[in-house]
Amino acid sequence: MSSSTSSRWTDREMTKRVRRRYRSERIFRGIGFAAISLSVLFLAFLLWNMASKGIGGFSQYEAALPIDFSKSDLFLDPATIKGPDARTTVAGADLSTAISKAAEAAYGPDADRMFSDAAVDRLTDAIVANPDMLTGTSTLWLPVSSKVDIAAKGKGDPAAEKMVSALEQKHALKRVFNTHFLTSADATDSSAVGVWGALKGSFYTILVTILLSFPIGVLAAVYLEEFAPRNHWTDAIEVSINNLAAVPSIIFGLLGLAVFLDVMNLPRSAPIVGGLTLALMTFPVIVIAGRNAIKSVPPSIRDAALGVGASKMQVTFHHVLPLALPGILTGTIIGVARALGETAPLLMIGMRAFVAAPPSGINDPATVLPVQIFLWSDEVGRGFIEKTSAAIIVLLLFMLLMNGVAIYLRNRFERRW
Amino acid sequence: MTPNETITAPKPKAREESATAESTSRLPKMSARDVSVFYGDKQALKNVSIEIREDRVTAFIGPSGCGKSTFLRCLNRMNDTIPSARVTGTIELDGEDVNGSAMDVVQLRARVGMVFQKPNPFPKSIFENVAYGPRIHGLANSKNDLEQIVEKSLKRAGLWDEVKDRLEESGTALSGGQQQRLCIARAIAVDPEVILMDEPCSALDPIATAKIEELIRELRGRYAIAIVTHNMQQAARVSERTAFFHLGELVEYGKTSEIFTNPRQQRTQDYITGRYG
Repeated sequence: MSSSTSSRWTDREMTKRVRRRYRSERIFRGIGFAAISLSVLFLAFLLWNMASKGIGGFSQYEAALPIDFSKSDLFLDPATIKGPDARTTVAGADLSTAISKAAEAAYGPDADRMFSDAAVDRLTDAIVANPDMLTGTSTLWLPVSSKVDIAAKGKGDPAAEKMVSALEQKHALKRVFNTHFLTSADATDSSAVGVWGALKGSFYTILVTILLSFPIGVLAAVYLEEFAPRNHWTDAIEVSINNLAAVPSIIFGLLGLAVFLDVMNLPRSAPIVGGLTLALMTFPVIVIAGRNAIKSVPPSIRDAALGVGASKMQVTFHHVLPLALPGILTGTIIGVARALGETAPLLMIGMRAFVAAPPSGINDPATVLPVQIFLWSDEVGRGFIEKTSAAIIVLLLFMLLMNGVAIYLRNRFERRW
Repeated sequence: MTPNETITAPKPKAREESATAESTSRLPKMSARDVSVFYGDKQALKNVSIEIREDRVTAFIGPSGCGKSTFLRCLNRMNDTIPSARVTGTIELDGEDVNGSAMDVVQLRARVGMVFQKPNPFPKSIFENVAYGPRIHGLANSKNDLEQIVEKSLKRAGLWDEVKDRLEESGTALSGGQQQRLCIARAIAVDPEVILMDEPCSALDPIATAKIEELIRELRGRYAIAIVTHNMQQAARVSERTAFFHLGELVEYGKTSEIFTNPRQQRTQDYITGRYG
């Protein structure tokens, strides 16, 4: 009896079956490992590609430029450059021509376009800070044009490369961190562009999106899950919301164009309209995540609160919602991250306009980071290649920061039950 | 009457012997007449009539699915939360119709407290667990008042000595038996008139169970207590009255001693001798 039992567990059929089971487990593990490796590889490739292309966008070559202000015809009196109007006074003068002339004088006739548009701003700042320099000759370090910049970074044309080597011989060229890129807005000259405008635009847009879609989404989820009667109407609403989450984003852009611009006459290209449009898109995601989070709160907690005489409203807001909050926040992170990276609907409502000044509020014309990336990637100038990648790095860092804050909040609210 | 007066001046502890003579003159605390419950088309409870006395522990026994928990949940209208449930018949608390329009369900549940099968403390501090009920009903006028209610309730639930130094810790960090006593403290913090217990010991080990039973004996007389239990020895140990449910019907209701020693119905006899269930 016992021998027949033991032989059943050790005979060849059984051994083969056991081996087959282990083999299929090994194969599954192998496939899983391969999948993970592949996605890590993709991610590494993306990051390396962006970093290697974009890192140049954060640095900028500057050249030394001696300017003899007595020959520059600026007609500026150092005595008048003071007080709040100093900047306007200086900006009114023809600094661009003064730089060209000084460059020709210092580096020959081909050098008239060797400085960036950003050099004018820098010169303005320098004069405002020290008006007395206008009486003599000063040597300033100014950013070079994108042509010279690219040549200095090793990818330029022969004429520009000659100029770079001439500058290097005179020790009149140096590489510095490009603060201008982080503090200014869009420009026509690729060496004068910056992401600050788009970053601010993204910030205002996302602010409007969060302020609208989070409370409305959470309240809708709470109502549908806790208070709404179960009937055909709520079923229809549920199906509609689920469908809304799957609608292509460009459709939301058309809706925003039709409703917010044509009917409500809100300002074109403004973060308020972008935020409203993206809020429409994010809202269903938050509702769905919110309902699932509320559903997953154990009924025993509801019973406990009802059992001591809490009203439905108290049960919901004292117990259910705090416990559901981590789940709701997870859904919100996903929705808002998607909105932050969204381009198509914002093109529809005019946020692709050329905006040279950072917005100072939600009603000012603005663009957002992904749209800025799209616009720059479309430019013909070679200097825009590294700026595009640099802007992508900024966008990724911005997303990382926002997700970090959201995850921190989620972990703070997370509780055991 | 303020809640504090009720707490400081407990009703005299009534014992089975004295209660029999006394209670004939008194109205029952809760009474049910012809109560039936339907879940959709299925009838879970058939024409149950029962009276629960203020000074006694009443036990509901019976096999799984016999409707004893369903009946218990009718007494404080917890069945309202199940959309398909329908209750017919009348249930009265001190002569007031529980399902009537004059009865507010939130107040009813404060007056008829409940302890559930699985310990379900809120994922908040021990203090907050007990203080929640008094706070939402406005039973405490000051922070000091609230602290006194919490202390009194925890003492009455026999938990004070174990938790007095860690009131700020989470209620879910306690052991199972402590959690259940915390739930009892939470229920008595709002000073209810009736306490319903739905198999309060089924998730606990024998030592924790013994503590809860001791607690039930101590609370007897102060609150009318109705307890659902699977454990017949437990019913025999803690209750004065026992109701035996089977297949949605109330088979027999009477003195615990009589139900267990001399049942009138064959089905009761079969159940308590372990022939089924």
